Amino acid sequence: MTSLQGPQSARRRTRAPYLLVAPAVLLFLAFLAVPIGYAVYLSARGLRLTGPGIFGTRQEIFVGLDNYARVLTDAEFWAGFGRLALYGLISVPLTLGLALLFALLLDYAGARGRRFARTAIFLPYAIPGVTASLLWGFMYLPSTSPFSYFTKELGLGGIPFLAGDGIYPSLANIAIWGGVGFNMIIIFTSLRGIPAELSDAARIDGASEWRIAWHVKIPLVAPALVLTGLFALIGTLQVYGEPTTLAPMTTEISQTWVPLMHIYRDAFIRDDLPLASAASVILAAGTLVVSVVLLKLTQKRASGGLS
Amino acid sequence: MTAATQTGGLRGAGAGGGAATRTGGAARGHLLPHQRAKILPTLVLLAGALYCLVPVAWVVVAATKSSGELFSTFTFAPGTGLLDNLRDLFAYGDGRFLLWAANSTLYAVAGSAASTLISTLAGYAMAKYDFRGRTVLFYAILAGVLVPGMTLAIPQYLIMSETNLVGSYWSVLLPSLISPFGIYLARVYALSSVPDATLEAARIDGASEYRILGSIGLPMMVPGMVTIFMLQFVGTWNNFLLPYIMLSDESRFPITVGLYTLLAKGSSEPALYGIAIVGAAVSVIPLIALLLFLQRFWRLDLLSGGLKG
Repeated sequence: MTSLQGPQSARRRTRAPYLLVAPAVLLFLAFLAVPIGYAVYLSARGLRLTGPGIFGTRQEIFVGLDNYARVLTDAEFWAGFGRLALYGLISVPLTLGLALLFALLLDYAGARGRRFARTAIFLPYAIPGVTASLLWGFMYLPSTSPFSYFTKELGLGGIPFLAGDGIYPSLANIAIWGGVGFNMIIIFTSLRGIPAELSDAARIDGASEWRIAWHVKIPLVAPALVLTGLFALIGTLQVYGEPTTLAPMTTEISQTWVPLMHIYRDAFIRDDLPLASAASVILAAGTLVVSVVLLKLTQKRASGGLS
Repeated sequence: MTAATQTGGLRGAGAGGGAATRTGGAARGHLLPHQRAKILPTLVLLAGALYCLVPVAWVVVAATKSSGELFSTFTFAPGTGLLDNLRDLFAYGDGRFLLWAANSTLYAVAGSAASTLISTLAGYAMAKYDFRGRTVLFYAILAGVLVPGMTLAIPQYLIMSETNLVGSYWSVLLPSLISPFGIYLARVYALSSVPDATLEAARIDGASEYRILGSIGLPMMVPGMVTIFMLQFVGTWNNFLLPYIMLSDESRFPITVGLYTLLAKGSSEPALYGIAIVGAAVSVIPLIALLLFLQRFWRLDLLSGGLKG
């Protein structure tokens, strides 16, 4: 390994860095590396009947890639990804778009009530997804929904938040509600780092606030947008708590509605840990690939990136 | 509320404090002639604020309703059952709700404090020392950031069940101690705020590496540590899948899993809906208070700045 930084290291030999990283390395091995390794091992095992007829015994044996084949050919697992994609197509662009809009407005001296708005919009970040789902769930439920109350008063009938395809925007809304504030703050802090002279110069040249936002500010916060986009994407792939919490309130959400729910069912309701392990490995590897591809693609455009 | 909001984030620091590199408040304070369209931006911001506050307002109002009123009166009309609801909530399962709150606090406070310290030490070492395996470790950490913890919940369960820790407090605490993102942020922060020259000067004066860490490195990293702690705290407090998988004994549940079980049972036992709503209201209020209070300590520019590092 070549020396990249720190002139001190060349001159002094010390065990200090090893001691300092030791707890993190041990925990990383114990709770990230070893579980992944064990899941990979288990994903190649399976219970099979051995021996003749009804006297056969179920034994755990090595089955190679059988479990992966089962997961990858399971239409319901893919359907879960399809539902996730639909949900993500609503929640990710709206979360980022609203976060950017609010951040730009917070950065715009002409808007009033910015401190209040910033705190209020950030507030849902402190509320767990499960609690948020519970709140919104009751606001969707026909008998307690304030929105359906108004539409009923107007003679339009209730809004089918929890029925049919309404479930997608309803679930996406919970994610948007919980995510806009945090992303807004990240983009906003990034906007605050832009030297005021840049906007002022454009203003003196007669550019409108809209043009300044579009041509000066947004390009400069592109790295923050990449980061928030990446987090939104990773967050989407691991959606679990929100649909699980809403499930008791609606018949639309099955036990296998999203991939993680599917994995949970295989592991704990069907007791098929090898199959659940294979699906977990596929999901984790898929997330890693998607994240790396997204970073590579955006790194070319924005001169930033996680590195 | 005003006290907490005025310095939250960085606007306050930029305008009032000595952060010279930030754009000053004065330049943005006065309006240039064509900064006239104020009404629409203000309305959009207020609409956003309203959208975010409505569910919180709803749950606070709903918490005041008796179970009869919950399904019969207009949703934003206050009810008469607040005290009964609170009594029901705290009486449920012999004070189980308070136990859940205590558990959530334990997982979030102890887990995040330990995790922050572990992340800081590792991030500091990776930023300030050249040592064998540093590059490998960095890429491992980066991969850890990109593989969401949730997808590892089942594998972590398998390890916990192999070691007979499933169902214990440790099964929730231990996996939350390792935070690749926390380590990554600590490294970014150490790179940007702990100057090599200061460390080198201390070395020339004969200070040991640990003395340097304790009296120079760590104090300089405190603002970064606070941010890592808060991110980790919210993450642990909000976690659902990990405790849901690991725990079966209701007395060890955190609030998230507890409220979920109330809701799941509520479809057959509607009285539990009321308890779930009051529980949600009671658990949300201290969290909001904490957020408003701690907002000023956030250094989220660490996140946006970290990208360029």
